[in-house]
Amino acid sequence: MKILVCMKQVPQKDAPLKLNESAAWIREEVSYEVNEPDAYALEEALRQKEKHGGEVVVITSGPPRAQQVLREALAKGADRAIHLEDNGFVGLDAFNTARAFAAAIKDETFDLIFTGLQSDDYGYAQTGVVLAELLGWPHATIIMQIEKNDSGIRVKRELEAGYFQFVDMPLPAILTIQSGINKLRYATLIGIKQAKNKPLRKVAMAEVQHAVGGNLQKIERLYVPQKTKNTEFLEGSAGEVAKKLVDKLRNEVRVL
Amino acid sequence: MSDTILVVVEQREGKLNRVSWETLTAGQALAAETGWALEAAVIGSGVGNFASEVAAKKISKVYAVESPKLEPYTPDAFSAALKQFIETKQPKLVLMPHTYQVRDFVPKLATAMGRTAISDCIGYKKEGGKLLFTRQMFQGKLAADVSFACDAPWFVTFQNGAFRGDKAEAGASAAPVETFNVQIADGVIRNKPQEVFKEAKQAVDLTQAEIIVSVGRGIKEQKNIELAKQLAEALGGELAASRPICDSGWLPMDRQIGSSGQTVAPKLYLALGISGAIQHIVGMKGSRTIIAINKDSEAPIFEIADFAVVGNLFDIVPPLIEEVKKAKTSG
Repeated sequence: MKILVCMKQVPQKDAPLKLNESAAWIREEVSYEVNEPDAYALEEALRQKEKHGGEVVVITSGPPRAQQVLREALAKGADRAIHLEDNGFVGLDAFNTARAFAAAIKDETFDLIFTGLQSDDYGYAQTGVVLAELLGWPHATIIMQIEKNDSGIRVKRELEAGYFQFVDMPLPAILTIQSGINKLRYATLIGIKQAKNKPLRKVAMAEVQHAVGGNLQKIERLYVPQKTKNTEFLEGSAGEVAKKLVDKLRNEVRVL
Repeated sequence: MSDTILVVVEQREGKLNRVSWETLTAGQALAAETGWALEAAVIGSGVGNFASEVAAKKISKVYAVESPKLEPYTPDAFSAALKQFIETKQPKLVLMPHTYQVRDFVPKLATAMGRTAISDCIGYKKEGGKLLFTRQMFQGKLAADVSFACDAPWFVTFQNGAFRGDKAEAGASAAPVETFNVQIADGVIRNKPQEVFKEAKQAVDLTQAEIIVSVGRGIKEQKNIELAKQLAEALGGELAASRPICDSGWLPMDRQIGSSGQTVAPKLYLALGISGAIQHIVGMKGSRTIIAINKDSEAPIFEIADFAVVGNLFDIVPPLIEEVKKAKTSG
């Protein structure tokens, strides 16, 4: 099975975010990490390769720092990486990111393409589905299980409120992967060493420029959300706070 | 192109998804704001009844977008059907609830039409004649006002709870209902969906709990859940958790609160070590009182908390359990 995993580097979960001068984006000085759902997508691809043989390729678009995500993926067992590295790729919407990816992989023949179900920074949950439409491939989203069968694959789709659904699909196909589908592995020291020798292909904007256009939507402004709730912060030592909480529970919430 | 707002209503397993009323409320508000007409569409096979249900609301027209190939749901069929419908009727703005089903096909539909969707919005603004849609970014830490930079049709999905379903205005009389038959060629549908099923034997129905003590990643280890359990017991409430706790197997799936789990609105929701990621918040933001304990002062959970403690839950919860027990015995 030849599997492509689309990965994104996002600010760390607990990183303090500051707006830049134009309030159109955040300041760069934060720590970054791999988008968590993408880590699960990679893990799933590696497990499929372990079961069925084949190749796992990882791709990302972003500035030079995004290469870290690819290096970690290679260290975990991916075979090669593609980095759309150009400042022009930053700030592309899902539509154009998908177009750039499609152009970058036009000479490849993947059986499966995985993305995480959404990114922790934008949270649109679109790139995988957009890519499926661009490539003309079937897709399924929020996937919790993948099994190969004679006609293609059987996937387990997660629905709301604890419901699930199996779906049979032909290959090639695109799947967006849900967190918790598996348990993430750590890169081994050997893996980290081997990663250095694995192919990492850089793609400049010029190579895919023909496929990319202007964004179809625009972030007019980014801001700290206005609070609609009057939150009362309770302070003091642990013992004092405990007493204050019980006071609230008794007199205001009325559960005691 | 007509100055129309189209609300696409969701039906599943023989029922109208209640969240569609929220989208209708949004549609009515936008129609009032823009002066555009409001219409709705229900899509499926044999959905006339649903269309009639929607027609009771204050709306100009309701369509039943029909084909036997629309049952069961597949993204290929829904995308093809709505593309035909939208190309014919040419609404300017297409609104949908941000359900798992909508997420599964709307980006495909928008792309097939050379357009884009602004998804998971929590509101809108009208500024200088332009519509801006507000959405949360970075798991709720920041908000963004987003505009369309392309021609209509414009696709927007709204987050669960962003609008009140019970505020959808009834119509003075039933709106006209029209059937719109779509043709879906052989070979368009590639997925073969099986029956929908529920996995967890639901041992506990959290939607019935008056008090919920919920744990997130801040609980750090499985053995620490015992502390939260003691607090829940002291309060006479139920234990619940955010997704990562259930993914790790520390609590069973039927304890999960959020978009994939239960949606609850108890009298008291006590969030311990929960950051407040959007997928969790949508499952509990309707709670009457929310108390949050988290050591990160920037945690988005504090945006919706009534009472907040910025501190270490391992320092606070033990004395809290004692104080609760004391209060209960003193009466």
